[in-house]
Amino acid sequence: MKPPRFDYHDPETVPEVVGLLKTLPNARMLAGGQSLMPMLNMRLALPDHLVDLNRVEGLAYIRETGGALEIGAMTRQRDIEFSQLVLERCPVMHEAILQVGHRQTRNRGTLGGSLCQLDPSAELVAVAAALEATIAVAGPKGTREIPFSGFPKTYMTPAIGPDELLTRVRFPLWPRPHGWAFVEFARRHGDFAVVSAAALLEEDRGKIKRASVTLGGVAAAPVRMKEVEKALVGQTASDALFRDACEACRKIEAMQDVHAPASYRQHLAAVLSRRALERAHARIGAAKMSS
Amino acid sequence: MSETRNIAVTVNGKRYERSVDVRLTLADFLRGPLGLTGTHLGCEHGVCGACTILVDGQSARSCLMLAVQANGHEIATVEGLAPSAERLHPLQEAFRDNHGLQCGFCTPGMLMTLVEFLRDHPNPTEGEVRVAISGNLCRCTGYQGIVAAALDAAGRMRKGG
Ligand code: FES
Ligand code: FES
Repeated sequence: MKPPRFDYHDPETVPEVVGLLKTLPNARMLAGGQSLMPMLNMRLALPDHLVDLNRVEGLAYIRETGGALEIGAMTRQRDIEFSQLVLERCPVMHEAILQVGHRQTRNRGTLGGSLCQLDPSAELVAVAAALEATIAVAGPKGTREIPFSGFPKTYMTPAIGPDELLTRVRFPLWPRPHGWAFVEFARRHGDFAVVSAAALLEEDRGKIKRASVTLGGVAAAPVRMKEVEKALVGQTASDALFRDACEACRKIEAMQDVHAPASYRQHLAAVLSRRALERAHARIGAAKMSS
Repeated sequence: MSETRNIAVTVNGKRYERSVDVRLTLADFLRGPLGLTGTHLGCEHGVCGACTILVDGQSARSCLMLAVQANGHEIATVEGLAPSAERLHPLQEAFRDNHGLQCGFCTPGMLMTLVEFLRDHPNPTEGEVRVAISGNLCRCTGYQGIVAAALDAAGRMRKGG
């Protein structure tokens, strides 16, 4: 038997989950299981109670409302991958999800699970930062919303209470046409990225009107490169502009681990953000030609 | 004594009702109480893909599911692939003919991954096959024979093999 002993609960509604979380000591929620199950098998996680969310109703959906995409916490990564709505309205998320793990893990893994696990290199976490997502969490006092910038508390720890659960994420949409790209460098296909970069661009009469540049894998939480974004807005896009602006990425404080030293991450940050911007910009042009 | 639950699971078309310890993984449930040892366990933490099975037709790593979570669901394992004791599935035939296996440890996971993939992509490119098996590690073949087998199998299955 690999996982440690725990009591198992499989509630069917969100209020039931909240009730359990309020009363049970040392409980963990089980979503798609692609992170928690390995931790249980290796006994790195030792919960007394496991609250399985897989039978909770009403947490899996993808819909467009009021200029945003709303996705339920228990929506499988697979369903995001094959969603026509995501492909058409939020293509950066589609490009990112193809780089999340493998078919077998995306079939089970969920959006909410990935965000709460908050791995520094997780693609969906970077997408949430890039799009300035809003996270809805349910707790004993009802539901509250957290802007993504306030969601990571510390390394791999979201700013939600022990009696709260993530229920929904709202991703504001960019207007059509816009440019997008999600690029990453990983040792093998499907591995967590050493560094990833998400770019979004909007143009108005030949000038960049709005830019979003996000780096994953460099720090504990995704880093929005405000300095790069500021250097782009109001300018005419060119390879030189992107290259020069992205040099700022070499100065960020990067982590180091067995996969790469900080200096290599800084180098990747500059290279990948430039590539993401170039690809994003090419796509604005392509979208204009086809519309 | 740790908690147990009664579950009913259909595996390769056969219904099983068992009482299981809630912390038992689905992989250990298949291999232990059900005696279906075709599903292999390499890493037991979601990295190697050897334990890949289908849950309601979708591939999943059985080391990352609890047996209780399979309650009410349909599971397919490598034991259910061959249509009879005398005949192999076309994918298995292609593996044999193309040296798609050496020690065979990764093979059940490769087969179950590719069964789903070829069902959804009957006419894949070599590149697509390589991405499809990127979540399955093989320490023997260098993957070349596996990729050749998958492409060969796709052809056989398109012809109704
Ligand atoms: S044994 Fe399940 S992925 Fe390795
Ligand atoms: S045949 Fe030996 S691990 Fe693949």
